[in-house]
Amino acid sequence: MSRTAPGPAGAAGIDLGQFHQIFFEEAGENLERMEQLLLALDVAAADDEDLNAIFRCAHSIKGGAATFGFDDVAELTHELETLLDRLRRHELAPAPPMVDVMLASGDALAAQLARHQAGGQGARVDTAALIAELRALAGGHAPAAAAARAAPAASASVVTATSPPVTPAADAPHSVVRQLELIVGPLAQPARADAIAELFAEIEGLGTIEPIDGGQAADGMRRFKVLTTSSDAELIDLFSFHVSREEVRLLPFGPGYGFHPDAPGAPPLQPEPAGFGFFDDAPGAPPALPSPAVERTTDPAPPAGSLAAPARTERIAPAAEAATLRVSVDKVDQLINLVGELVITQAVLAQTSRGLDHALQQQLGAGLADLERNTRDLQEAVMSIRMIPMSGVFNRFPRMLRDLAGKLGKKVELVTHGEATELDKGLIEKITDPLTHLVRNACDHGIELPAERVARGKPEHGTITLVASHQGGSVVIEVRDDGRGLNRAKLLAKARERGLDAPDSLSDAEVWALIFAPGFSTAEVVTDVSGRGVGMDVVKRNIAALNGTVEIDSAEGHGMTVRVRLPLTLAIMDGMSVGVGDECYIVPLASVVESFQVGPGLIRTVGGSARVVEVRDEFMPVLALDALFGVPRTGAPAGQPIMVVVEADGGRVALLVDELIGQQQVVVKNLEANYRRVDDVSGATILGDGRVALILDIASLVRRSRH
Amino acid sequence: MHSILAVDDSASMRQMVAFTLKNAGFDVVEAVDGQDALEKAGTRDFSLVLTDQNMPRMDGLSLTRRLRESPRYRNVPILVLTTESSDEMKQAGRAAGATGWMVKPFDPARLIEVIGKVIR
Repeated sequence: MSRTAPGPAGAAGIDLGQFHQIFFEEAGENLERMEQLLLALDVAAADDEDLNAIFRCAHSIKGGAATFGFDDVAELTHELETLLDRLRRHELAPAPPMVDVMLASGDALAAQLARHQAGGQGARVDTAALIAELRALAGGHAPAAAAARAAPAASASVVTATSPPVTPAADAPHSVVRQLELIVGPLAQPARADAIAELFAEIEGLGTIEPIDGGQAADGMRRFKVLTTSSDAELIDLFSFHVSREEVRLLPFGPGYGFHPDAPGAPPLQPEPAGFGFFDDAPGAPPALPSPAVERTTDPAPPAGSLAAPARTERIAPAAEAATLRVSVDKVDQLINLVGELVITQAVLAQTSRGLDHALQQQLGAGLADLERNTRDLQEAVMSIRMIPMSGVFNRFPRMLRDLAGKLGKKVELVTHGEATELDKGLIEKITDPLTHLVRNACDHGIELPAERVARGKPEHGTITLVASHQGGSVVIEVRDDGRGLNRAKLLAKARERGLDAPDSLSDAEVWALIFAPGFSTAEVVTDVSGRGVGMDVVKRNIAALNGTVEIDSAEGHGMTVRVRLPLTLAIMDGMSVGVGDECYIVPLASVVESFQVGPGLIRTVGGSARVVEVRDEFMPVLALDALFGVPRTGAPAGQPIMVVVEADGGRVALLVDELIGQQQVVVKNLEANYRRVDDVSGATILGDGRVALILDIASLVRRSRH
Repeated sequence: MHSILAVDDSASMRQMVAFTLKNAGFDVVEAVDGQDALEKAGTRDFSLVLTDQNMPRMDGLSLTRRLRESPRYRNVPILVLTTESSDEMKQAGRAAGATGWMVKPFDPARLIEVIGKVIR
């Protein structure tokens, strides 16, 4: 069969690798959606639309995986799809073990995809047991067939999502001879394709291979017809001796397409054998039509459209992506950066105009005011591109809690509110771990065992509630549980045991805050779920690193609420600008506790060189910024020095500065990316007058003061 | 230049198909599902509609039926992409008024070859 493309232009070997990234993203989304749907599936009364939607997720992954050459992914999704197809056709009734195996398959697919995304390094994910189970489940209505395979349905009923029993792989695919088309290339050295064919032919019992392109390749791809009983994966393993996996594709043999006779637009049928013929490619011969490609059916084709049933009104799927555009984060960041520059230029212009004489300033004024407003709007609009909904984080918890509660023998229900609340992408990535920790804690330490809950007159099911909302310029995320809550007396005792200062006079809020102390754990039993010791202090430190705060509310016996407050974005920060000599530094406002003028005699020197200041009976280390950063001094500071008390990681330090300049929003510029890492500095910003100001890294300064 | 309406809910497949077709000199408009395709089909003429079968909102066969109801698309070739080449599927396609079918996965050269048979 001739394989040259008669299209307007020859389709030279197109590098499918360019579509891989988008396939990985899309497959990831499909897996996530499949998991959500599976978790929400009411096994007793499964909704048809939900089953269809789950099917579509698997189906879509399979189609892409087969097209882009990820044969292991295609193989597993094929089994998944088979089971789902039977479910949506009501040939099988959904059962909890199916959900478990499908969830485990989702995990395996994620691992397979991650491996391909990383370039296919490392061992292939072993899915033999899963495939056998999926087949056994899909064969549920044909017990004979299921029993003949290795895993009888009975064993499938006891599987759990985390540890599917190992069952021998079904041998079905090896008993059937398959006709495949092998496509190799595009190859720099076409001879390597022949090396593959030779290798294949040398191995006894593998099957037959023959070129179907006459050893020629118009489009740089070589094609072979292969008859074999081996699986795609085995063949590709073999071929990888000579060519990379990405250069090999296996497709079912045959034209893979066809036309309905007399359908609108179908090419004319090849006439019935009529005692004459043309030699292909002979001068004057009409173009040959591939006969196997034409579907010949005996029933009369109904006129198109006449059978058309009244169009079904399909349920509108949420969020069709028609109106969305995928762009790389780099492009968005570049845009944000440029807008940041624009904001600075605008500020410089505004400042410069103030130095002009009144008449000129008047003329410029209206234009500058417009520029300022537009710049601000533009900045907000651009920032909003990076904003993604919290649902991405929240969606991982149902599965986690399901596994966790099962492990702990607890019954937990998850309720989420405000999933649509948007937060900067960078923040979402960084808040995921701390939130995961909080949710785990709530389930492990908060929620009681069902029996204990019933004894206390509570419902058997514990409830963990996640709430995200916008409050002013911040996002507030709450993790609430209706478990046992914190015990004031126990916390105080524990704190004293650890040598912490914990008088009975502490307010409730102060007592709850004790659990943020390093190494503090109130769990009576250490479990493998929340771990030992490391806990809330790490959570607090991670949140503080995002310029966020965390607080606790609790009522013993009724549960606990952890409230995390985060800025909307990491790219803009509220800062306090302080002057030291001729320099200006920015202190993150979130870490400022107070500031005051230093009266004479307040600063004392201890241990030779260390200086401390006394603030309301408390001694605090003093850090003089001029000494720390080597700021040159031309004369003595004009007025009395000022202390700015800042807090981070549970420690406080007093910064000695010359003056407080003011509070302002600053656009944070990464110093590492533009210069290099500098101790005690987290970034830089450009001030309205065009000067660069360094942003202080308070956590680092606090650590410094401890040594 | 021939215009082709390429319909698939999978962004990666859609990009691959569109890239291949554009590379071969066709003008391509993409649609994310049958509903979207139906709306886009109403705005201009296409020489060919290439549609996936399984999609949210409106599947490929429903789209085919709806297009055939319109005089504008009565004779335009419509190819349905499916992952299975089952007879059941082929017959359903035929009943809906599709011109032909094509099995996924396919490689870009095959796609151009098939399209060359119906667009001249």
